[in-house]
Amino acid sequence: MTSPAPDTLKVTPEALAAIRTDMLRFATMQLRDSHLAEDLVQDTMITALSKAAQFGGRSSVKTWVFAILRNNVIDAIKQRSRTVNAGDYIAEGESMDSAFDTLFKANEHWTPAARPTDWGDPEDALREQQFWKVFDACLNRLPENTARVFMMREILELDSAEICDTLSISMSNCHVILHRARNGLRRCLESNWFSEGSPAC
Amino acid sequence: MLSCKETSHLISQAQDRELGIVERMQLELHLAMCKGCSNLRKQMDFMRSVIRRHSAADDDTHSDH
Repeated sequence: MTSPAPDTLKVTPEALAAIRTDMLRFATMQLRDSHLAEDLVQDTMITALSKAAQFGGRSSVKTWVFAILRNNVIDAIKQRSRTVNAGDYIAEGESMDSAFDTLFKANEHWTPAARPTDWGDPEDALREQQFWKVFDACLNRLPENTARVFMMREILELDSAEICDTLSISMSNCHVILHRARNGLRRCLESNWFSEGSPAC
Repeated sequence: MLSCKETSHLISQAQDRELGIVERMQLELHLAMCKGCSNLRKQMDFMRSVIRRHSAADDDTHSDH
């Protein structure tokens, strides 16, 4: 018997077990609920096995399974978002917006201290394990509803129209929330990872 | 001339929708003259590429849907 590699050509329990950790990380990141993530991953594995015959081998097993997982995550987000209303986004946005406002002078140009710096070659950061810890921590620090919109856009790669539709928010509101999230993440990375980066001139 | 604050919104929106021609011209003009905002755009591009790489199933889930 040969031991199964993560990317075998068949959907087997062993192949699924090999990617389970990655699936859990993906689902947990989106849902911020490890129990729900566990359930979703379990369901995804069962679905994948029951549809194993449909796997044509055109992509890797991992890609194929992640497509199922992604759909399950989107469904779970849809269900959850029914209880979230526009006021929840506004409440979260207030403190983020006032923090953002402090970066600017009265004429709306950057204060010298807040001017975005040059982060250098991104590849340098990606090679360091510690960077990913900081990155995850910064993502987790975003307020829940704001983070959800951001994850839908950046990780599930939904377009803003789909996000508006799913969450029943306006397009402009969606753009404001995404801007907030990006700026929050950026500031967090800047102060926790890139702080000794070269100053902007 | 756009302010840096307005520019930061446009840089973000450029990742989510196609900007109009006037918006693009205003944006590029501002970026050409403002180091802080051109760094900001690079930072936002960086975050997008990092998060997509981070969350994807390693190397091969990107294009497949």
